[in-house]
Amino acid sequence: MGIFDYFKSKAEPSSASVAKDRLQIIVAHERTKRQQPDYLPQMQQEIIDVIRKYVQIGSEDVQIQLDNTDECSVLELNVTLPDQ
Amino acid sequence: MAKIIVVTSGKGGVGKTTSSAAIGTGIALKGHKTVIIDFDVGLRNLDLIMGCERRVVYDFVNVINKEATLSQTLIKDKRTKGLFILPASQTRDKDALTIEGVQEVLEELSKEFDYIICDSPAGIEKGAQMALYFADAAIVVTNPEVSSVRDSDRILGILQSKSKRAEEGKEPIEEHLLLTRYHPERVALGEMLSVSDVEDILAIPLLGVIPESEAVLKASNQGTPVILETESEAGLAYTDAVDRLMGEEKPLRFLEVQKKGFIKRLLGG
Repeated sequence: MGIFDYFKSKAEPSSASVAKDRLQIIVAHERTKRQQPDYLPQMQQEIIDVIRKYVQIGSEDVQIQLDNTDECSVLELNVTLPDQ
Repeated sequence: MAKIIVVTSGKGGVGKTTSSAAIGTGIALKGHKTVIIDFDVGLRNLDLIMGCERRVVYDFVNVINKEATLSQTLIKDKRTKGLFILPASQTRDKDALTIEGVQEVLEELSKEFDYIICDSPAGIEKGAQMALYFADAAIVVTNPEVSSVRDSDRILGILQSKSKRAEEGKEPIEEHLLLTRYHPERVALGEMLSVSDVEDILAIPLLGVIPESEAVLKASNQGTPVILETESEAGLAYTDAVDRLMGEEKPLRFLEVQKKGFIKRLLGG
């Protein structure tokens, strides 16, 4: 660090710590996706197809997430229905 | 039975071949009979790094297709005793490798060698999966940079799910992190991920840290594995990494910022 650097603002976080934060988030996200069972995408598609028989929804309107805690696994299904 | 070690990374250009050449040579220097296999079919480069490009007659695909025997194909290293190279094919593509073919070659090599180093191609597709499938241990080569760290994590996922050990429910592949192209100065300035940052994210044991060094390019220009450059920091760091791979305790070195003169520091140079 040279004398010129002392005049710069100190508030900005270092680019390395930004990199670490971004990596921690994306890597955690990709790991949970990896641990999902293989049947999940197909199951999601079939659930969408069933709902579509009754309501018009897009594939983005259904979110499926599988959360594993120590004791049990929770399958979370989130369907956004269109406005009437 | 030989121990099969894959050198892999996901991302290209991080130093897989440099590391395969250095570590293979280091293991052979310790008196273990070692072969380094170039799995990068179509883009052969290990021969250049090892300086034996003009001695390639047959290649890995020839052996798989039974067009040549292993003893006709293996290139004996001229510098290091007990070290051999199995070059990749340049004219074929990755589909020329089959699980059965690779298995047969590895089994035959296993009878004769103590260590088999598999230099993986970049990517996460067939070629890379073939290189890691039979591995007992993996050296994940990573640069302190976002895309390399992310790709390393993806390759760790593949090691844990698509390898033979994973598929057969055996003891998982031993994982080792090798951090290469490390700039202590830039880490000190907060411009580069530190060793502990990368360790935190990938959460696998650290095998070594190779500092960015002019010696690496110089060694590859000359076709010498950089571990033989015993005056260079990179060479010594690889020697330490091999010692750790063999179970020795070695403190990390070359991670401190080198002291600069007063004027240079004043000007922030």
